This record gives sequence, structure tokens and C-alpha cells, in this order.
Amino acid sequence: MAFSLKRKYDDLEQEISGLPVGSYSQLVFKKFLKHKLACLGAVVLITLIIFTFFGPLFVETAYDDMDFSAIFAPPLSENHFLGTDEIGHDVFVRIMYGGRISLLVGIVSSVVSTIIGLIIGLISGFLGGIWDELLMRFVDVMLSIPLFPVLLILSLVFGSGVFSIIMVLTVFGWMRVTRLVRGMTLSLRESEYVMASKTMGQNQVMIILKHILPNVIPIVIVTTTLNLSYAILSESSLSYLGLGIQPPMPSWGNMLQGSMSYILGTSTGHNPWWLTFFPGFLIFITVLNVNFLGDGLRDALDPKFVSES
Amino acid sequence: MNNTILKTQDLRKEFQVRVGFLQKERKITAVDNVNLNILQSETIGLVGESGCGKTTLGRILAGLLSPTSGRFFYKEKEITEIGKKKNKQIRREIQMVFQDPFSSLNPRMTVSDILSRPLKVFKIGKNAKERTNMVLETLESVGMKSEHMSRYPHEFSGGQRQRIAVARSLIVNPDFIILDEPTSALDVSVQAQILNLLLDIKNNFQLTMLLITHDLSVARFQCDRIAVMYMGRIVEISDKEALFNSPAHPYTRILLTSIPRTDPAQRREKAVSTGEVPSLLNPPSGCYFAPRCPLKMDICERSAPELKRVNKHQTCACFAVENKR
Repeated sequence: MAFSLKRKYDDLEQEISGLPVGSYSQLVFKKFLKHKLACLGAVVLITLIIFTFFGPLFVETAYDDMDFSAIFAPPLSENHFLGTDEIGHDVFVRIMYGGRISLLVGIVSSVVSTIIGLIIGLISGFLGGIWDELLMRFVDVMLSIPLFPVLLILSLVFGSGVFSIIMVLTVFGWMRVTRLVRGMTLSLRESEYVMASKTMGQNQVMIILKHILPNVIPIVIVTTTLNLSYAILSESSLSYLGLGIQPPMPSWGNMLQGSMSYILGTSTGHNPWWLTFFPGFLIFITVLNVNFLGDGLRDALDPKFVSES
Repeated sequence: MNNTILKTQDLRKEFQVRVGFLQKERKITAVDNVNLNILQSETIGLVGESGCGKTTLGRILAGLLSPTSGRFFYKEKEITEIGKKKNKQIRREIQMVFQDPFSSLNPRMTVSDILSRPLKVFKIGKNAKERTNMVLETLESVGMKSEHMSRYPHEFSGGQRQRIAVARSLIVNPDFIILDEPTSALDVSVQAQILNLLLDIKNNFQLTMLLITHDLSVARFQCDRIAVMYMGRIVEISDKEALFNSPAHPYTRILLTSIPRTDPAQRREKAVSTGEVPSLLNPPSGCYFAPRCPLKMDICERSAPELKRVNKHQTCACFAVENKR
């Protein structure tokens, strides 16, 4: 008996050394690195964040400096790398400053609203009964509020600014995630591995953390990426309504919005396509790469997914 | 040897059902005053057709559902309220294996995570290494290999998954295992492997088992005693040999003739059961089997028979059988 136990311990040492090494998170990271598009997405996003948050530190022009000698200057003109707008604002500088706000608004509001939605959905689905009923009716109420009149009132109450726009997008953005998470939790709660866990007297918090959350996360990641693009785009329409970023402070959204009136050319004969193209292109690049990143994360977290390479 | 390990007393479970949109909630009795004694180290089978309350009874005993009324005792301790914290030890001693191995293992946990989870819950094992060793030993005892430890459930076949599920319940060293149709989701060839495994385990670990099944041949292979359930009531509890050789209750007889035979010479005459299974929403008065029973008497429609001892090996709930004695 002692001999056989000894043998088992020895085997164990060898066998453990032969296993795919690393904890769960390390394995996920390795899998993520194999996903080329996702890595590209991560690199592009990090570059964008560095560019917008640290870029302005190295530029002397402020976002509201006006160069009256160069109005509607095209890209690559002297002193103005990406050209200027109708009152001589430097587009390159404004793209950097605007990116700060757009990325901040997009990332913070989508992440926070996803976390709120996730928590409420888990509680609602797992506890069920009266809690579920109350929370879901609250979600219904939130979804049925007509957004724009409320936004106009809110803009009067809170004024404009980055904080109020993040708050509005968060407060009105969590309900879809909640419904999604609740639905999944309802079905996962009845699964036999949760039952098995219950027969062992596992407490409810651990059941949620160990069994339900890991199965919900992948879907939530995808929703977050969708929410992020939605948040960046809504920021521009909300700013237009007076809630949010007010000129002369730039954001990608309001730069795009501002260029709308020149899209068919100006009365002075200019055709400033660069005013539309650069902010639009950057929004496009951001949203695209966030989606790549989300896809990669989802696949990396899924043990069933094996990359083809 | 003949110690009672688990005993139920008038155990009853009712569910509220809403039949139509505007109708009132009605209740159905899934488990109806069940009295069952399970003896130390025996395997008792619980057989019956779909929807007769076998699984509900199993889940009550596993602590997943609380009974509407009635009590049950485990090792002479009353544990009707199994959810309470002080019963943690009992939770360890009573384990359950579920029907479908494709849904009873979390797809996002490795085998070693799945198996070490119960150890962590019950705080067994001093450190990770000791726990890993226990996981490995348990895996080997169900015929799996150490290299399977780092794999995910989807990499295994149905039979292997069921072995992992069995290992999960064995790892905490239980005394009593409830098996809820452990083979019905598997191929026939794999069923045999799992059944043999269960037999080995029972002998090696001195376990008491409650085997819930609708497959009489599985019960015959595995069990010492068999309880037959019909519409939430236990109609017969008999030793295996007695049940198969001389079934007492008319329902048991019908069940037995439903087993397909490969040898035409062995084919029994089909016992006749007329009619459908009555709805639990609208049960007949008296004996629930009366509307289909070939031996029906007047009294059967008025009152329900109780389980009475027929002979040394059999107890049965039937007026006709009582009369014959």
C-alpha cells in the first residue's frame, strides 16, 4: 500500500510537469495571442489611447486656437497636418483632443453600464421570484421612457459636460445587458451542474461566481463592444441636442456633426472633405478594432474554441 | 448489516400548476406520502414510468427540494430541513449523480477544477497538492487517467463524462449516493460499463445507493431491493428476486411484461392494462391504479390501499392482493 501510494506521488510529479502549463488566465492569454485580428485590435486601440491622451502634451496649439490666415486649409498644408476648419481650428489637434473625450465617454459608459446590467441581470435571474419581478418591471419602465424629451430636461438640470453625458449613456444603456444576462442566468440556474453544486451545499455567491458568471461573460463581452460603438455615436447626437460636449471643445462626434453643413461644399467654393473624413475614419477604426478585440476575448475564454493554427 | 440508513415518513411534495391563462392555480402531488426505509449498504431501485415522481423523491432526499409535508431521517437524525447550515456534514455524506452527463459538468471548468470544487467546499485536504492527489486517485478509481485532469468536459464521450460525474460525487467520501437515471442518456454498450463501474464502486467503498431508473433490466442488474412507484405513490417494495419471479402488485406485473424479450419461447403473455395513466391534476379517488387494473374491486374506487407485507420478501399496496392471502 505504501509502495503504491509512493508510486502515485511520483507519477503525479511527472504527469503534472507534462500538463499544459499555466493557470486558467495564462491559458486564456496564450489563446488570445494566437488570435491575430484580436491582437491587431488591441494594438490599434492602445495606440489610439496613447495618441489621444498623450499626444496633446507635445503640441503647442490648443484645440480652440484659431489660425485666421488658414481657413479651410487642406491636409498636408504648412503648419496644419490634417488641415483646418471654417474658423481656422487645426484638425489634427482637435482629433487628438476629441479622441480623449470620445474614447473616455465610449469606454467608461459602456463598461459601467455593462457591469450594472450584469449585476442586476445575475441577481434577477438567480434569485427569481419577487426580485425578478420587481427588477424586470423596472427594466421595462426604463426601456419605455422616451429618450429625447428626457435628455432635453436632463441637459437643463445637469448642464453639459463629459460627466453628464457619461451618466446619461450609462443610466439608459444597461437594460439590454440585464435582459440578456437574466435570460441566460435563468437557464443556467436550472442546469444540472448548478444542482450538483447545490447538493454539496455550495453557497449562492460561489455558485454565481464559479458556474454562472463564467458562462455569461462571453456574451457580455460581445454586447459591451456593441455598446461601445453605440456610445461613441450617441455622444455626437446628444451633444447636438445640447447635452454633452459643447463647441469649441471637440469630440469626434461633434466634429463629424459640425462638418455636416459643408458636406456638399461651401458657399465660398471650398470642398472640405477632410472635416468629415478624419473624425469619421477614426470612429470607424475604433469601433472595428473594439469588435476584433471582443471577438478575440470571447474565443479565448471559450474552452471549446481551438484556433486553427 | 440491517441498519436503516435513511427513512422517510409520509413524505409529500406538491407543486402549484397553472393550467390555463385565466384559471386558478391547481396543485399536483408529485410525491404522495412516501414511506421508505433504506438499509445500510444496500442498493435500492426506484422504478416507475416517466412523471411518476421518482426524480422528485430523489431530489428531496438530496436536499434540492424541500418536502411539502412529512419528514425524513438520515442515520436517525431528522434532516427534513436539509438546507440548514448545521447539516453540512450530511450534505457531504449524501451525494447525487445526475441523468445527463452533458449538462451536469460545467463546460468552462477543467476536470480537475470540477473534482476539486467539492473538496474546497467541504474543506477536505490540507493544500493544493494533497487535493490534486485525491483528485487523481478518485479519477483512477472510476477508470480515468491522470492526463484527463487538465481537459474540459467537451473533450470526453458521454460515458467518460458520466465517470467524471460519478467521481465528483465519490471524492468527498459519501455514504449514500442517489443515482438519477445514471445510464439513460448513454449508449447501450456504455451503459454496461457504467453499471459495472457502479457495482465495483459500491463494493469498494461500502456505499448505499438509491438507483432511480425506468429501465427494469438496469434495476435487476444493480439492485438488492426495488420500489415501484406509480403516480407519486409507492405501490410495491420487494426483494429483487421476488419482484421478478412473483410480482405482487398488478402494476408491477404489467411493467414486467413490458420488458422486451429476445427469446420468443420466453415471451410472456401480455398483461392487459386498459386505459391511459390518469392525470395528476385530476386523480381518481381511491387507488390510482384502479381505472387500469385488471383485478379492480369495488373498494378500490373508494379508498387507497396502504403498503402491507405480503410475505417475507415483499410489501405491496393492493386490496386484491390482501384479499388473496
